[in-house]
Amino acid sequence: MDIQLKRGLLDVCVLAAIKNGDSYGYRIIKDLKPYVELSESTLYTILKRLEAASMLTVRTAEHDGRLRKYYHITAAGLGRIEDFKNEWKEVISIYQFVNEGEETHA
Amino acid sequence: MHKQEFLNALRERLSGLPESDLAERLSFYGEMIDDRIEEGLPEEEAVAQTGTVDEIARQILTETPLSRIVREKIKPKRSLRAWEIVLIVLGFPLWFPLLVAAVAVVISLYAVLWSLLIALWAVEIALWAGALGALAGAVLYFAQGHTPTAIAALGAALVLAGLAIFLLFGCRAASVGIVKLTKKIALGIKSLFVGKERAK
Repeated sequence: MDIQLKRGLLDVCVLAAIKNGDSYGYRIIKDLKPYVELSESTLYTILKRLEAASMLTVRTAEHDGRLRKYYHITAAGLGRIEDFKNEWKEVISIYQFVNEGEETHA
Repeated sequence: MHKQEFLNALRERLSGLPESDLAERLSFYGEMIDDRIEEGLPEEEAVAQTGTVDEIARQILTETPLSRIVREKIKPKRSLRAWEIVLIVLGFPLWFPLLVAAVAVVISLYAVLWSLLIALWAVEIALWAGALGALAGAVLYFAQGHTPTAIAALGAALVLAGLAIFLLFGCRAASVGIVKLTKKIALGIKSLFVGKERAK
């Protein structure tokens, strides 16, 4: 898959994983596992990028005697998900156009 | 491999990175391992699932922008750059007059070219003035009855007018040439800087 496209998709996947409530690194990976295999390093980079873009905020909380980082989606992050849905409609119509072109040639 | 061994090995492999980056990375992996242990995995298994040190180190290095690594690498050289700044400041009495001299040379080159043109046009105007004066003189001498002098004056007027017409072509050609030349010089100076920028 095109790297640029995949990057955008993974960003939205991670945002969707925290959409319905704050989550932490390991749980995000587990929640996404049925859909996309995400390595720890990749997740770290995505979280950093989303934080820099103010699409999520990070807070550190104590859990079971140790520290854990929780990620919270912002309004900008929710907006990104909405944008993605709208963009995807365009992609689907382009896909259909490309597919039709192939059928007429065949 | 235990969690602490794993984190130590990773720290060693990534020692070139900025300390704040490194600490954040390591706490992130530490948290992951702890969460796996909490789920019931034995510590060694939890570490193994996180990945190998080599793999993770390679990925982190790939993702870190080169500029950040380079900046980290050249940090100790900062003192040298400060020293260079001092050199530039101290060298000001030397390089500033040289710069002014270079600019002055270019400006005087322009001045010489243009004064040459002004001189040519001045000669042209003087010739026309002389021709008109001689013509006026011829008319006056003729009116006063000094016919031979009047004829000589008329001859002088014709010669001066002829020279003026002849020189007019020269003046026009010189004007066009100098305008073209100054444009070329300006272009040359500009391309000197643009070329340098391109070479960078």
